[in-house]
Amino acid sequence: MKTQINISDEHLKELEAEAIFVMREVAAQFENKVLLFSGGKDSIVLVHLARKAFWPAKIPFSLMHIDTGHNFEETLKFRDDLAKEFGAELIVKYVQDSIDNGRVTEEQGVNASRNKAQSITLLDAIEELKIDVAIGGGRRDEEKARAKERFFSHRNEFGQWDPKNQRPELWNIFNGRKNQGEHFRVFPISNWTELDVWQYILNENIKLPDLYYTHKRKIFSRNGVYLAWAPFMQLKPNEKVFETDVRCRTIGDITCTGVTLSKADSLEEIIAEIAATRVTERGGRYDDKRSEAAMEDRKKEGYF
Amino acid sequence: MKINGKSENKSLLRFTTAGSVDDGKSTLIGRLLYDSKSIFEDQMEHIVQSGKRLGREELDLSLLTDGLRAEREQGITIDVAYRYFATPVRKFIIADTPGHIQYTRNMVTGASTADLAVILIDSRKGVLEQTIRHAYIASLLDIRHIIFCINKMDMVNFEESTFVKIQIELAALVTKLEIEDAQYIPISAKYGDNVVDRSENMEWYHGRTFLDLIETIEIRKNKNPYIKRFQVQTVIRPQTSAFHDYRGYAGRVAGGVFRPGDEVTVLPSLLRSKIKSIDVLGKTISETIAGDSVTISLEDDIDISRGNMLVSGDDLPKISQDIDLMICWFNERPMKPGGKYLVKFNSNEASCIIKSVKYRMNINNLEYDFENTAINMNDIAYITIKTSKPIFFDSFKKNNITGSMIFIDEGTNETVAAGMIV
Repeated sequence: MKTQINISDEHLKELEAEAIFVMREVAAQFENKVLLFSGGKDSIVLVHLARKAFWPAKIPFSLMHIDTGHNFEETLKFRDDLAKEFGAELIVKYVQDSIDNGRVTEEQGVNASRNKAQSITLLDAIEELKIDVAIGGGRRDEEKARAKERFFSHRNEFGQWDPKNQRPELWNIFNGRKNQGEHFRVFPISNWTELDVWQYILNENIKLPDLYYTHKRKIFSRNGVYLAWAPFMQLKPNEKVFETDVRCRTIGDITCTGVTLSKADSLEEIIAEIAATRVTERGGRYDDKRSEAAMEDRKKEGYF
Repeated sequence: MKINGKSENKSLLRFTTAGSVDDGKSTLIGRLLYDSKSIFEDQMEHIVQSGKRLGREELDLSLLTDGLRAEREQGITIDVAYRYFATPVRKFIIADTPGHIQYTRNMVTGASTADLAVILIDSRKGVLEQTIRHAYIASLLDIRHIIFCINKMDMVNFEESTFVKIQIELAALVTKLEIEDAQYIPISAKYGDNVVDRSENMEWYHGRTFLDLIETIEIRKNKNPYIKRFQVQTVIRPQTSAFHDYRGYAGRVAGGVFRPGDEVTVLPSLLRSKIKSIDVLGKTISETIAGDSVTISLEDDIDISRGNMLVSGDDLPKISQDIDLMICWFNERPMKPGGKYLVKFNSNEASCIIKSVKYRMNINNLEYDFENTAINMNDIAYITIKTSKPIFFDSFKKNNITGSMIFIDEGTNETVAAGMIV
């Protein structure tokens, strides 16, 4: 086993304490609580923080996955195992169901993605299950619209975010009051950066899906981003599929998650790689490349 | 001010920046990120493209921090934006707040979580009303460290005399506001002078560069270790076979140090007990300090719920229904004199009535206004409230966590004011 490197313990400790504080406020201020679980590293860290916040009691949130049907298969197994291990209730809602019942019109063409459609499935689930808070792994460093996000982010009865009219958030006092039909999105790791997340995973010895480590995969290049190939993906004439060593820097819907060429097979190597990289984490996210304000627009509609 | 050598553990410094649209605040942050190599290639590409679209001739680093579409279009910052960067020594969280008077509330919000405030001054204009306002807000929010960046030195030929004149004016302001630690740096954010690299244009300046200063400035996080406070957020009762009788109080230490065996008093019941254990995910720890999130269990089975506080030592919080505080009003609807609001503090809530307004602060010249006491958005005032039940608190200066509260309008659920207990 490799020796553990404790990088910047002090600041991680402070970020952890802040996130746990926020989780406990959620537990106390809301009734019907879910933790949005994608199988990605940020949501895995959230589950770990929730265990720390409430131990020895169980996590007081259900885990909810909005499944686009376009997954990396490994993620689903990881998700099920994790829910079982920690005794958490797992709710899965399918974008396919929203398409089948006419709530979503599926995008067509080579760039088609179900990423945006997730918002509708999510909002329908929130309404159906009368969820009043959904905890998410969004971080302010990810994207410029997210930099404006609150820890406790209010959503109106249409599930919409109004970035220009957000509640001021002072000290550690969080106002989760709302009217019937409204809900909150809460982001406990708002102040973490990508590197913080990885260092925390290392320090806390948190288990991740193998996709984050180097593996052989069939990929192709589109607009400067390497995308994982899957049978349902349409290729443009000039795009060629080839197999090489890659790892995922983020895990989301397979159609818009870029992969990184990498041979890193340990957390230490991944951290070294991220510390040296000159491209942001979402630089490989095809969903953000659609327009300048792609994330802002999706968030207003109810995206994660 | 004490300057630390390089610390082994990377610490966290939260700072807020204040300055008007034209003072170059966004440019300073952009420059800091750019010169410390914290801007990534895809972000750079965005800035270049946005700049082209908006017809900017030179590289405009301010575009990096303006996140919302309306902000980019209008070239202004509307809301608090948070930025992150790290050097080998420290990790930084910047709360970038708009500086115009109509955004006083955003500045107060950004300052509420900051250890340090950076205030920008245009060297051509010197100390303006807004400079006074920014420094006052920093002192009101009990920020003990302020760095004054005298910017746009390139526009005054990098003259020492201009800098010294402004510095003398600022020093008088600092004395008046009783600010503990003030630093003054002549910079040009646009060209990078004294931001990360030492300026070749101002050899007369022998102080530190901006980055050097924020990397080394020593911040006391645990402001008063003798005031022991622990706020209970939620009670942990697993009721499983393995932890049948476990009853833990989950919360965050708001002041001081707690150890197993310590005598504690529970507020508001005033019952006393001893700490049995301090737990974090299956581990029992020997000590917990201000800022930690832990779970504490006690020797005696006493009734404790959310909003209660465990305190220790001789210095107990005040308990009262009549509270004096400084407030900053956030809402478009003015404060209703005699009106009823909800106050939220320490995971606790109470109703309150606005009893009186002692004075309204003129934050541009630091004068008290006893005549015109109507409180509108962005106003700062000294008020007295009466709460529906006795509450326990410290003065804000003594403890920022147990001395602060927010006001909520029960009709709209909006946070309408921030209060700092006098």
